[in-house]
Amino acid sequence: MSLQRIVMTVNGVERTVDAHPMERLLDVLREKLGLTGTKEGCGEGECGACSVLMDGSLVNSCLIPVAQAAHAQIVTIEGLGSPEKLDPVQEAFLHCGGSQCGMCTPGMIMAAKCLLMHNVKPSREEIREGLGGNLCRCTGYMRIFEAVEAAARTQESEAAR
Amino acid sequence: MRKEGAAKVCGTARYIDDITLPGMLHGATVRSSIARGRIKKITFDPAIPWGEFTIVTAADIPGANCIALIQNDWPCLAAEVVNHPEEPIALLAHADKHRLGEAVAAVRVEYEPLPSVHSIAESERKDAAVWGEDNVLKSYLMEKGDVDAVWAGADFIVEGEYETGAQEHLYIENNGVIAEYSDAAGLTIYGSMQCPFYVHKSLVKLMALPEDKVRVVQVETGGAFGGKEDYPSMIAAHAALLARKAGCPVKIVYDRAEDMAATTKRHPSRTRHRTAVTKDGKLLGAEIDLVLDGGAYSTLSSTVLSRATIHAGGCYFWPNLRVRSRALATNSPPHGAFRGFGAPQSLFAIERHMDRVAAAVGLAPEELRRRNFLRPGLTTSTGQVIPEGVDLEHLLARAMELSGYKEKRQRFARENERCALKKGIGLAAFLHGAGFTGSGERRMGSVAAMDATADGMLRVLASSTEFGQGTNTILCQIAAETLGVDYGVVQMGPADTSVVPNSGPTVASRTAMVVGRLVESAAKEMQRVLTEAGLIGEQYSTEEFQRAAATYVAKHGRLRTEGHYEAPPNVFWDDELYRGEAYGAYAWAVYVAEVTVDTVDYRVAVDDFVAVQEVGRVINPVLATGQVEGGVAQAVGYALYEKVVWQKGRMANNQMTNYIIATSQDIPPIRVYFEEVPYKYGAYGAKGIGELPMDGPAPAIVNAVSHATSADFCAVPLLPEDVMTKLAQVKLRVVEVVGA
Repeated sequence: MSLQRIVMTVNGVERTVDAHPMERLLDVLREKLGLTGTKEGCGEGECGACSVLMDGSLVNSCLIPVAQAAHAQIVTIEGLGSPEKLDPVQEAFLHCGGSQCGMCTPGMIMAAKCLLMHNVKPSREEIREGLGGNLCRCTGYMRIFEAVEAAARTQESEAAR
Repeated sequence: MRKEGAAKVCGTARYIDDITLPGMLHGATVRSSIARGRIKKITFDPAIPWGEFTIVTAADIPGANCIALIQNDWPCLAAEVVNHPEEPIALLAHADKHRLGEAVAAVRVEYEPLPSVHSIAESERKDAAVWGEDNVLKSYLMEKGDVDAVWAGADFIVEGEYETGAQEHLYIENNGVIAEYSDAAGLTIYGSMQCPFYVHKSLVKLMALPEDKVRVVQVETGGAFGGKEDYPSMIAAHAALLARKAGCPVKIVYDRAEDMAATTKRHPSRTRHRTAVTKDGKLLGAEIDLVLDGGAYSTLSSTVLSRATIHAGGCYFWPNLRVRSRALATNSPPHGAFRGFGAPQSLFAIERHMDRVAAAVGLAPEELRRRNFLRPGLTTSTGQVIPEGVDLEHLLARAMELSGYKEKRQRFARENERCALKKGIGLAAFLHGAGFTGSGERRMGSVAAMDATADGMLRVLASSTEFGQGTNTILCQIAAETLGVDYGVVQMGPADTSVVPNSGPTVASRTAMVVGRLVESAAKEMQRVLTEAGLIGEQYSTEEFQRAAATYVAKHGRLRTEGHYEAPPNVFWDDELYRGEAYGAYAWAVYVAEVTVDTVDYRVAVDDFVAVQEVGRVINPVLATGQVEGGVAQAVGYALYEKVVWQKGRMANNQMTNYIIATSQDIPPIRVYFEEVPYKYGAYGAKGIGELPMDGPAPAIVNAVSHATSADFCAVPLLPEDVMTKLAQVKLRVVEVVGA
């Protein structure tokens, strides 16, 4: 099959790529757009390291053929904060020790972000469920749960101002 | 705050697969499809335009065809025989990585199959001799007292056999490297790894290059757990050979299936215990027979077996003890380093056995343990005297109190009779030796350094690598605290063999304790140099120190100071007899697990977990707690979920879909508590911490499952089908008794 011109909005910027329609969104982001913050852990939708937001939903970008992302709004880890100006979720992961080796971190933060977009004050059980598709081999998840709770508190106090 | 943390949470940290060099090719590996055999012929399917590919076989190796570790029996590429499935035979490189899969499949290897062995039992019976004459990669005999004299005086003799399975590291980042080569500049390796100098040593021999023509640089590494101790030398060797032949940089990054099938795992084990005990529960002596499955080559098995042997008696005082241990060869990929390094295997056996000894004597499990704990003045299995400050009884009391152990133990037993959901609570007490075993640290003679840049930034120079545990952070913290400057002005230098001294490999829970101490010395030395130069007084601010360092650099060209390893006094180790100070220090712990066993679907859930430990001074509470939580989670998997399914030496379930680790929904609340007893010879009183939490959860959980079900489980992983089978047997036995 020939290359197809695909237009999508990535981190708020309209991007045009020429790609095989079945190419994984993950590879397009990493190789064609240079957004290497999104990681590959398993390539079969089990680990969630490649999680990004597509039209507000959390997806495993290793399972999305890029054709399916045409005209979609994609948000990757690069679309949140920067080391100089962290997003509250990133800030909380850093402070609470939610990131160790860092390989699951971008996907985990996207999952946390998605959870907090839909549920501003999740319970511990809801956090466990919301992050259930993202594997972490380093932390044992406890500091990640605390980070999500801390981020929820920050968002709440910012909203109250 | 974690040094490289901001880059990690923003996705700007650069791992090996995030790096592309100009003109870079991608490499792939042709691997053995059989367990053991002679290579008869390699043919290349003419349908592939081979002219576009770089092809490497063993004939292209300029130096020795081996990955240098201990015995140097591990080939880089199989030349005449293969000894395990997935053994590398040939290498391919191409500019387009999508062309490689088809090409690898188009390389046909014809074999003359040879007999193979696939379990400890088969190797022990010598169904086939697959390594040396007797399949024994290494054996030890460790004796204390006269164990043959104890049996006659024993009130009870308790025997047991315990097994543990292989475990996959499952770091989220697979193994990967990039190699660059030119005759003029030599070889440079960038990669995901724990031990840059191990890779360096191996490549010098393989590539027949002088030491200064090989440079190894660790890049951000996405988890390791021991799995990137030995294997990076292999994948780096492959990329190096391809880069040398192709004349351009070559990247090899495994996908998950290849990483799981081809790289190392935790050694499976079988341990037999025979214990003499009095009716008061005093341990008189024991014979322990311990066997590890080492896989097809010796790699690190001798050192893993050594640690397993020394830890086999657990944290108890044995007046008489004999441990016989062997690592046996089988035709699977070599088993290697994995957090705990042999100790989780032998500690699972002893801690499960202690519950069964207690039951035989008629004592509560905690009481039998309490009566036999190592205490100050008593000696370990190797004759090492326990120092003041070690207080297992206190750790036990605290863990029992925090977990509500006593009340739950009784209540669960009462309530279980009428419930389908049976609850249990179990504990494990254990120790973990920090640093290299025996004379290892002295032989290594590690060095760490500090330097200052022209603008007064201070750098820690060490080959100790960061792969999530917090090396960067704690070493900078130690340097900053010693110098009396802000943490923010101390940076970690690159883990680049051309820049940093060899501070040893990042293994064995040695970084904080041993390397931290070297950094402390290097920092003190820097302070001394600047004081003697008259650039700082007794009191100074961070800015004044930085200015002083910058002035020194401007005047002398550089400011670089070193810290050299000095063994603590009165430490002796006899490698022949296995007597003496096996480790500079031990960490101690008591863990309690609470479980529910569903007797309808036989699932086991861990409901609560209390981890109480003494690891010397805790340098960074957030990181230390994270180490314990992460270790416990990994060990919950080891106990209940993670089963490597072997088919003729090949991992059949080499996918995350089929090899199950604990998710956020499976993990109990992990409650972590530290007792702090500073260790005199560790940096700021620190001892090792990283591996300890891998040791205790499996026996604590299985003890809890046995408590819940009144059945005797002696193996991990303990899957629902194992629980079902055992409980069905128990039921059957009850029926038979009633029928009789």
